[in-house]
This record gives sequence, structure tokens and C-alpha cells, in this order.
Amino acid sequence: MAKTIEEINKKIKDGNVVVLDAEEIIDYIEENGAKKAAKDVDIVTTATFGPMCSSGAFLNFGHSDPPIKMNKVWLNDVPAYSGLAAVDVYLGATELSESEGMNYGGAHVIEDLIQGKTIKLRATAHGTDCYPRKDIETYINKETINQAYLFNPRNVYQNYAVATNSSNKTIYTYMGKLLPRFGNATYSSAGQLNPLLNDPYYRTIGIGTKIFIGGAQGYIAWHGTQHNPNQHRIANGTTIGPGATLAVIGNIKEMSNNFIKAAIFPGYGVTMFMGIGIPIPVLDKEMIDFLKIKDEDIFTIIEDYSVQRRNKPTYGKVNYKQLRSGNIAINGKKVQTGSISSYAKAKSIAQYLANLIKEKKFFLTEPVSQLPQDEKFGNLEILSQEEI
Amino acid sequence: MAKRKLVLTFPEDIVTKPITYRLVKDYDLSFNILRAEVTPDMEGKILLELSGDIPKIEEGINYLQESGVTIQEAARDITVDKKECIHCGLCTSLCMTQSLTLDPETKKLLFDKDKCILCGLCSNSCPVDAIKLKM
Repeated sequence: MAKTIEEINKKIKDGNVVVLDAEEIIDYIEENGAKKAAKDVDIVTTATFGPMCSSGAFLNFGHSDPPIKMNKVWLNDVPAYSGLAAVDVYLGATELSESEGMNYGGAHVIEDLIQGKTIKLRATAHGTDCYPRKDIETYINKETINQAYLFNPRNVYQNYAVATNSSNKTIYTYMGKLLPRFGNATYSSAGQLNPLLNDPYYRTIGIGTKIFIGGAQGYIAWHGTQHNPNQHRIANGTTIGPGATLAVIGNIKEMSNNFIKAAIFPGYGVTMFMGIGIPIPVLDKEMIDFLKIKDEDIFTIIEDYSVQRRNKPTYGKVNYKQLRSGNIAINGKKVQTGSISSYAKAKSIAQYLANLIKEKKFFLTEPVSQLPQDEKFGNLEILSQEEI
Repeated sequence: MAKRKLVLTFPEDIVTKPITYRLVKDYDLSFNILRAEVTPDMEGKILLELSGDIPKIEEGINYLQESGVTIQEAARDITVDKKECIHCGLCTSLCMTQSLTLDPETKKLLFDKDKCILCGLCSNSCPVDAIKLKM
């Protein structure tokens, strides 16, 4: 009864593949049972749309005449890293503009590029025999730039903590504005739609898996930074708090602003909302056992973001059904909740991906290699040369 | 005679104390409560219009602040740009009167302007700047 990815791809080609999104599969399993669901359904689409700071773009501008080995590079006044070959740079999403500060950053440059807007490129160099030019100022856009692709070192977190604030003043964090004395609490996960919560041991999601990224078809390149397979899990396999992460890659020239958006968290800085969809093949009944999870089966920990330390005090755990109800209890107090990732957008991406598959525009891939099932989660200690 | 439209935030420990009436008694001010969200044991918010002599208004505001009340100027209007909004729902955690909520079915943002007290807490929180405050 088990299916292979090859068989599922043949069904896509033949036009008789059955695809549901990760929300629809919950009801389907409840109505028809796990055995029938495993037989009937071929693919479940999962998705997420949330701020993912560890994102950025590799750009290759093509060579000017005379050529230049760029040393310092700015795109609309946002610095890009150019310690690579002559006209290769990496532009980080959270990099801030040197003229506009927190009002514009790397994510906005990427968004402008996707939208087809004109971007000012400025670079300086020391000049060499092979690259004589010492400075350049020109304009580029999506059509003229030689290559542009996202390479995001850490996206698609498998779960995340809830943030709250016990102190007496409002704090501004990457989890949003947190009001004093537990005035609110924010969270960030697509929950039952999240890719890695629906495949918690990464049976089907691995290196080389084809994904939907920002409107393009891209790939999982590696496990993400801070990938933590040893995070505490509950019986259904899901992690309590942050677990696995993915490094992903995709062509900017094929992306759309419907699925990727620059953002500013006031008082924190610039980041980028990434829309990512991952199809999960229903290989057998075991996959259905993972795919049946719903918001109330997924738990996370409430952390106090007013404590400016690596390890923050915690206030117990909650599930995503409670979080999405609009309020939770912290120390007996009713606290309003809000999400910083968009469930509505995640749902629309899961449906969009399901349609792409049904229209024979998206085929599944077999992972080339598994994501690590064991990985040390290290911290940075401040040590002298003698202590290390 | 001057008028000021203000949002008063009462911490939970003083929310049940009769603070505002002293504005009338001690500072000869009249006030008109436009909207209020006050529940015992929870932080409360009141949108009110103060009228009286300018120095008395200043004294009244000082008195409120000394009593632990946070004061801010009320916005004239708040709008949500439906085209920019990505429906994350971050603003809903900050909205005390629950005029901003996510539709339980569609999970999209709903803005019930009748419930809004123009406190503006939501405006400098939106990551895509979809909430605009007119002062």
C-alpha cells in the first residue's frame, strides 16, 4: 500500500493526483480514518508566511567595462557584503540603509528588485591590474542584473516560542511590541500548516527537496543554522519550541511580491516575510499519523522577553488553539495574544501550491540526503585565549 | 476655554479608584467620556475630551499622571490599508477594545471602527505599516 515519489509524480502527470492542504487533511482523516486517508491522498501541502531574519540574496551584477573588483558595495544605500569574487555580493535582509536607517533595508532592496523597480548600485575598489576601475555608480533592475537568487541560511522554523513582557515598560522586539506587565503575548508559527511540524522527523523533507519559495520553485539546500533535532518532543513527534530549521534557495527573478514582503519591526529593525510551501508525499499510514496534527496538538513555551539574557524565564506551555483564540492565561492573568506570522497567507500558499501540483506545474523530488537527526546546539561563551 | 482629546490608561491597581471625578472638583474641568474600556483588575482605557482653562487642563493632566495614569493625545482617525495588510494579527494583541480581531473563519483582519478608542497602540507596531494614524 506504500507509495513512492515516482508513483506520485506519475499521478501528477496523468492528472489524477489527490492533493489536500495540511488543514483539509485533518477533517479528511477524522471523517475517513487514517487507513483510507493514506490510500486516497497522495500529497499534503504545508506552508508558512512569517518574518525570517536569516534571509538574503546572492547577486552577480555582470562585469562593467573597464571591470571592477568591488570592495564596498551599496544598493539604494544599503551595504552588501562583497568579500567574494569581483562582482558577487551577498545582501542580507536585515542590513539597514546608511541614509534611512530603520526605514529601509536589505529586505526592501530585495522586494524592489522582485517588483522590477530600479535600484542604484554604488561600489568602490582599490583597483588592480586585472580590475582597474576604482568606483562605479549605475542603475540595475531585475531584467538587467546577471543573476539574483535568495539563499536563506535559516527559514521555516519547526515551532517557536511565545513572547511576553513582565517588566514595567513597553519593549520593542523581533516578536513585536510587547506591552508592560504581561500586556500582550505574541507567537510565530503556522502551527498545523507548518511544514516541519507535519513531518517532525523529516522523513520526506530533506536536502534537495523541491519547495515553493516566494513564488518560485526552489530547493532545500542544507539544514538551517541553529537546527536543533534534539529539542524536547511530545508523543506526536512535534517539538516544544524551536526545533529543526532549513536553509533554502530560490531564483529571485521568478518570485512575486504576493509571497514575500519586506517588513519593519519598530524599534528592532528590518526583516523579511518569507512565504514558503512544502509538499509532503503521503508515502504510507505513518505519514498520516504525522499529518493529522492540529493546532491543539502543538505546544510551545511562553518566554519573558524583558529579561535580556540567553535563557529567559518561562511561564509554562500553551497550544496553538489557545494562542489563536485571542488570549491565554499567564500567572492567572488573561493576556491578549497576536501572531507575527500570517495564518491566512500560509493557508493561501498551501492552496496555491496544491493547485500548481494539480495543474502539473510542480513535481516532487526525492531528498538527496536526510537532514541531521542529531546535531549539537552550541552557544557562544566569552572566553580568554587561555580558557578556550 | 480649551479642549483636549486624550487617551487615559489606568493600570490595574488604580482602575477602580475615583480619580477622574477630581478633575471636576479640584480643577474645575468638565469632561466628556467618548469611549471607555474599564474592567476591574485589568488595565483600563478611557478616551475623553477635557474642557476648561488651559492652565487648569495642564494641572489636571499633571494630577492624573501623578496618580499613575498614562496620558496620550488621541488620534483623529485610524485606517487599515487592506491592500498592504498581510493578516498576521500582531495588532490584535495590542488592541484593548478588540476593535482589531482576526476573523475566526478566514483568519483575516477585521477592523470594527465603532469599538476603536483611537489609543494608537496598534499604529507603531504594524510590520508592513498598514495601520495609519492621523494625529
